[in-house]
Amino acid sequence: MALDNRTVLARLQAALPDAILSSSEFRGDLSVYVRPERIVDVARFLRDDPELRYNFLENLCGVDYLGREPRFEVVYHLLSFANRHRLCLKVGVSERDPSVPSLTELWPGANYHERETFDMFGITFTGHPCLDRILMPEEWEGHPLRKDVPLGAEEVAFTFNQDRIYAHKPFAKE
Amino acid sequence: MGIEQKAGDMGIVTASLEQVVNWSRSNAMWPLLFGLACCAIEMMGAQSANYDLSRFGMEINRASPRQADLMIVAGRVSRKMAPVVRRLYDQMADPKWVIAMGDCAACGGVFNNYAIVQGVDEIVPVDVYVAGCPPRPEALIDGIIHLHEKVRRMRLDGTLREPVHLS
Repeated sequence: MALDNRTVLARLQAALPDAILSSSEFRGDLSVYVRPERIVDVARFLRDDPELRYNFLENLCGVDYLGREPRFEVVYHLLSFANRHRLCLKVGVSERDPSVPSLTELWPGANYHERETFDMFGITFTGHPCLDRILMPEEWEGHPLRKDVPLGAEEVAFTFNQDRIYAHKPFAKE
Repeated sequence: MGIEQKAGDMGIVTASLEQVVNWSRSNAMWPLLFGLACCAIEMMGAQSANYDLSRFGMEINRASPRQADLMIVAGRVSRKMAPVVRRLYDQMADPKWVIAMGDCAACGGVFNNYAIVQGVDEIVPVDVYVAGCPPRPEALIDGIIHLHEKVRRMRLDGTLREPVHLS
């Protein structure tokens, strides 16, 4: 069965009209902006609907649009094996309360993706079984993929400034 | 030379203990079997048949740090990997040496960011730095030969003799 974006959107809007904020299409790919508190309902509908059957959560990630409100976005990519069709869901997350309902009850594979998004952006996923850091060391402070984290870690040593830098560099002892 | 000639027919060679120890240390220096990134591919190339690192008595990579003498840090060390590298170094038996292979291990290389240690000398004391991104096997072998020369200059109390330059 061939599935086109218009059918998907119409079906989604008919089932959950209050959950959909807006939608856009870019080069044939459909993106749907969803209310954060309804993301689980939308995802469950898309997964369990007998015609849509988006049974696979390909990935989810965070995006930081610094200076915009809401500042963060969480992006979900769904794939329907049966229909060979992809769908992108987007959720706006404010900086004051960066939390989104977790999708781990629908797809256990969302577990590590949500942990990475938490690690990199500080977005918490309510209902997640174990929301720990996954990539950064445990004692790390902050969330490194936020745009307001400084880029460079250390000043680069050249011949003209190496004496000053090496004087403070914590060289290892035996 | 006197006693060697006299004792030659008895099969005895004399040398200073220091020389013998350094000779055995530098000619059977077993590296620790671990690689962190793309430099490890060049390290494997140096150890395989084309470049044949076993010419220098280094054909055995030891998978256990207890049996290894040389740590070749081949690749970038992430901040999360840093305690592991230090722990491996601590588990190696003395005497032990470290080669920082490649730009990333030497100074962070192109990765000047939050994730990568800016030079593995912040974690372990480095004896030889090998430049390159990644260094060719020849460069690694050159670094190893430099390290062997350094080992041969070592006194028994651990201090180093001045290098002898042949012009």
